[in-house]
Amino acid sequence: MHPIKTVFAVAALSLAATPAMAGATFDAVKAKGFVQCGVNLGLHGFSAPDDRGNWSGLDVDLCRAVAAAMFGDSTKVKYTPLSAQQRLPALQSGEIDVLARNTTWTLSRDSANGLNFAAVNFYDGQGFMVPTKLNVKSAKELDGATICVLPGTTTEQNLADYFRATKMSFKPVVIEKNEELTSAFLAGRCDAISSDGSQLAAIRANETPNPADFVILPERISKEPLSPAVRHGDDQWLDLVKWSLWAMMAAEEKGISQQNVESFLTSNDPDVKRLLGVTEGNGKALGVDEKWAFTIIKQIGNYGESFDRNVGKGSKLKLERGLNALWTNGGLMYAPPLK
Amino acid sequence: MRLFNNRRFRAILYQVLVIAGTVAVGFYLVSNTLDNLAQRGIATGLTFLGREAGFDISESLIDYSAADTYGEALVVGLLNTLKVSLIGIVLASLIGTVIGIARLSSNWLVARLATVYVEGVRNIPLLLQLFVWYGVITALPSPRQALAPMPGVFLTNRGLRIPSIDWNPAYWVVLASLFAGLVGAFLMARWGRRRHEATGQPFPAVLAGTGLTLGLTLAAFVLIGAPLALEVPELSGFNFQGGLVLSPEFAAVLAGLTIYTAGFIAEIVRSGILAVARGQTEAALSLGLTRLQVLRLVVLPQALRVIVPPMTSQYLNLTKNSSLAVAIGYPDLISVANTAINQTGQAVEGVAIAMAAYLTISLAISAFMNWYNRKVALVSR
Repeated sequence: MHPIKTVFAVAALSLAATPAMAGATFDAVKAKGFVQCGVNLGLHGFSAPDDRGNWSGLDVDLCRAVAAAMFGDSTKVKYTPLSAQQRLPALQSGEIDVLARNTTWTLSRDSANGLNFAAVNFYDGQGFMVPTKLNVKSAKELDGATICVLPGTTTEQNLADYFRATKMSFKPVVIEKNEELTSAFLAGRCDAISSDGSQLAAIRANETPNPADFVILPERISKEPLSPAVRHGDDQWLDLVKWSLWAMMAAEEKGISQQNVESFLTSNDPDVKRLLGVTEGNGKALGVDEKWAFTIIKQIGNYGESFDRNVGKGSKLKLERGLNALWTNGGLMYAPPLK
Repeated sequence: MRLFNNRRFRAILYQVLVIAGTVAVGFYLVSNTLDNLAQRGIATGLTFLGREAGFDISESLIDYSAADTYGEALVVGLLNTLKVSLIGIVLASLIGTVIGIARLSSNWLVARLATVYVEGVRNIPLLLQLFVWYGVITALPSPRQALAPMPGVFLTNRGLRIPSIDWNPAYWVVLASLFAGLVGAFLMARWGRRRHEATGQPFPAVLAGTGLTLGLTLAAFVLIGAPLALEVPELSGFNFQGGLVLSPEFAAVLAGLTIYTAGFIAEIVRSGILAVARGQTEAALSLGLTRLQVLRLVVLPQALRVIVPPMTSQYLNLTKNSSLAVAIGYPDLISVANTAINQTGQAVEGVAIAMAAYLTISLAISAFMNWYNRKVALVSR
């Protein structure tokens, strides 16, 4: 949020002693007994605290899944709310163990910034929201518009790219905090607000006085594969994070849910047996308990349940599954075989 | 042992130890940072400054587009910081001086109003004031219901638009006459002062100088045939196009910084004036000087010696406070650096560049104010 915090993160990078390499994060997390998870300052559906300080959301569920796999207890998570600018330094400096903060997987972050992305937990795309009374039907009609945009994300760059490619002009208004940006947009400072489609839906559902007064334009101007990330240097930890997510997808594929998971313990399907740890081996390979995936499903549910509860039908956002449906339903969610 | 008891030796020894310690700590921090960065495979170095920035900036003093480099984007941010700081310093000094003198006024109402102003603005956090100003400005009507207080002038929540004058090459003549007028006024003032000192006859230098400058400029303008083409803002599409624009973000930051800092400057001016003994004013009045002359010739020259040093701190504060602009979307250096840091991931370099820029600006302001302080300081003749 504030430049000061960026300075602190940079200072941490200067002062922290060099950590040992292989398995360092995995062992450190195991020893301290909880996962330190970097999340959004407050984005409904992904990570936001309720009035009693309990965090929930799609990204929060990922943190809980990792804790469930590691400790058999999904509550062993501590959350560090981070602004867009703080998130990378916080992970690089070791302040957090895993970053689950609607972060777009890009080449430069995956390489030059020293991060590894686990697996996509939400396929998003940047779009525009405008007041209905402006009578704009398509992003192609936005020539000359003033557009509110959050800094420190890929969003600013995508916006400039889109307008360059379509030979249109625009004026950005770049405000650092979500709330201030939204209130500037609602006050009419900008003609449109641009962000990831899911965020626009969250703003429309939660922060506008009347959601019907605002419309999200159909165009998606970018690919935003949102993925949890860890820092370079600990492959075992990276493996645990990505398979925790894939276990949730595999469970949905097999029809295993929070309610019926116990009845599947007696299943004859070899894939299900391996997933739930009835046939041993997966847990040992990952360095955790054989019941790791069972615990995740039991305590958090499968990917579909998490999606519906946080951003889908069962939430205020009411997002369609779309690209986030399982591959068997025409989406992109595809877990490699758990064997 | 005897060597250690030598005061001179000891002084040098301690200095050497302190310097060695500082260098060692600095070396440790730098090398450890580089080690950590290298080990985590994080790119370092300043080569990113030459790469295409790929993001737009809403207002710029120089030509800039998303196709330009990160280096140019940072320069745009730096110029925006300098623009709001310099204008803010000038305005805050003017308003602060007026309020400071008003607080000493013998008129009860004026003095009380000035007190309320000072106590109000300097006790409310600046960030909050910025939000208030921004809220007020964005509550103005939208472009399609623009307020038009004068023909061609439009006030909306997208800012203030006024007509601009189309540049005409013949204007160079006018600019040259303006310059000639200023030089002439300066020479005339110097001649007037010499004559005043030699013969005691006063010379109205300000009046004559202003007349000369304005007269010359106007004459030149009429001489070239008074060409005047106005570009009037017009509503097209989402917003007004053409003319000069004052953006809501700039206006809010400028208003916030100016009004906040003016509160502090008012107190400094008041303390400076009170530091001149009352007897001096009475003596000057009894010599037959007018009130204005007393202020200009007796009180202010002495008050400035007290005022200038703390004023330097206020100017530095204003410049550094301008970084709060990021909260309401004014594209200052911090705002641009934040975006650059996030797109490149090179936080260490980005923060270092911002720190170096602020340090340079602050040292420049300090150097200028110290020079001015020496100029107004008591000179023994």
